[in-house]
Amino acid sequence: MISGFIQVSYFAVAVVFILGLKAMSSPVTARKGIVWAGWAMVAATLVTLQTPGMQNYGLMIVAIVLGGALAWWSGRVVKMTDMPQMVAIYNGMGGGAAAAIAALEFARGEVHGTVVATLAVLGALIGSVAFSGSCVAFAKLQGLMKKPIRLPQQNVVNIALAALTALLGLLIIASDAPAGAAIVLFFVLALVLGVILTSPIGGADMPVVISLLNAFTGLAVGFEGYVLGNPALIVAGIVVGASGTLLTQLMAKAMNRPISNVLFTPLTGAAAGGEGE
Amino acid sequence: MDGITALYVFMLAAFTGYEVISRVPVILHTPLMSGSNFVHGVVLVGAMVVLGRADPDSPLQLAIGFVAVFLGAANAAGGYVVTERMLAMFKGGKKAGGA
Repeated sequence: MISGFIQVSYFAVAVVFILGLKAMSSPVTARKGIVWAGWAMVAATLVTLQTPGMQNYGLMIVAIVLGGALAWWSGRVVKMTDMPQMVAIYNGMGGGAAAAIAALEFARGEVHGTVVATLAVLGALIGSVAFSGSCVAFAKLQGLMKKPIRLPQQNVVNIALAALTALLGLLIIASDAPAGAAIVLFFVLALVLGVILTSPIGGADMPVVISLLNAFTGLAVGFEGYVLGNPALIVAGIVVGASGTLLTQLMAKAMNRPISNVLFTPLTGAAAGGEGE
Repeated sequence: MDGITALYVFMLAAFTGYEVISRVPVILHTPLMSGSNFVHGVVLVGAMVVLGRADPDSPLQLAIGFVAVFLGAANAAGGYVVTERMLAMFKGGKKAGGA
């Protein structure tokens, strides 16, 4: 009975999220859109508290209040011109949450089956990259990281690191009970990957990168939604993944720069207009 | 949910996401990015579920679960405040929002 109620509520929440995003894409209705989505989020949180068989309520409430209050406060006091880096940092937190969900499922030994393991690993990888990448984007826009950082042979390093991470991911997927060390190393490599992918990109291109990382987080949330068997997470995550990808293309087009140019020109070291700060 | 049903859900959600924002004007790019950032804050729900299932006797599981819920809550709350502030500028006068 109660779980039927939860399922129906999640369904309604997913519908409101989609309508909210639709409303947010027109200036006349945009404000209404975020308010609808906000109430849907409150409803989703309250309904989730009713999930049967849950424990650790004390810790959960503390985490929600702490995380929510800190972010609410920081979002209120920040200057209007500093908004993009705040979007970046909150987005990174979402990616981190998705990665942490995967980490906890692995720690509990609850990841069974190739499909579930594959999506858990993919979500963990994308979520970790979005987390550390967004932190770098935040640091750049906040002025904490003044110059783009390029390693010698950056391309080779990137590809080698990506390949190593992918290999480790495959190992975890293939193994029935993956070793703890392999999982920890996998997360560390994924986090480093996020840093080295974003650090060579100049501050002027950051909004496009943040938008892309936002789409990444959406995908990670969608994949972890499948691992948890939660359709609301799948729908909200994938809708954001797709709309975020389109939005990234639109933003790059508005800047007259193809997206591949933003991401890969710094790597090849070719001089590009508008590079750096 | 079995794999093939999930695949259909993924596919339909992807097309929905694409369609929903396909005619967005340039001034709404940043607020919409922020708004979709808020929407994936629903990851909070997943984080709550996994923390709820974590073994109360395992500090490691509790710690990871705590971090997940903390980050998810921050994503949702921060995403909302920032988006709402940007979009509040569209009320009344037509000023360009965000950066």
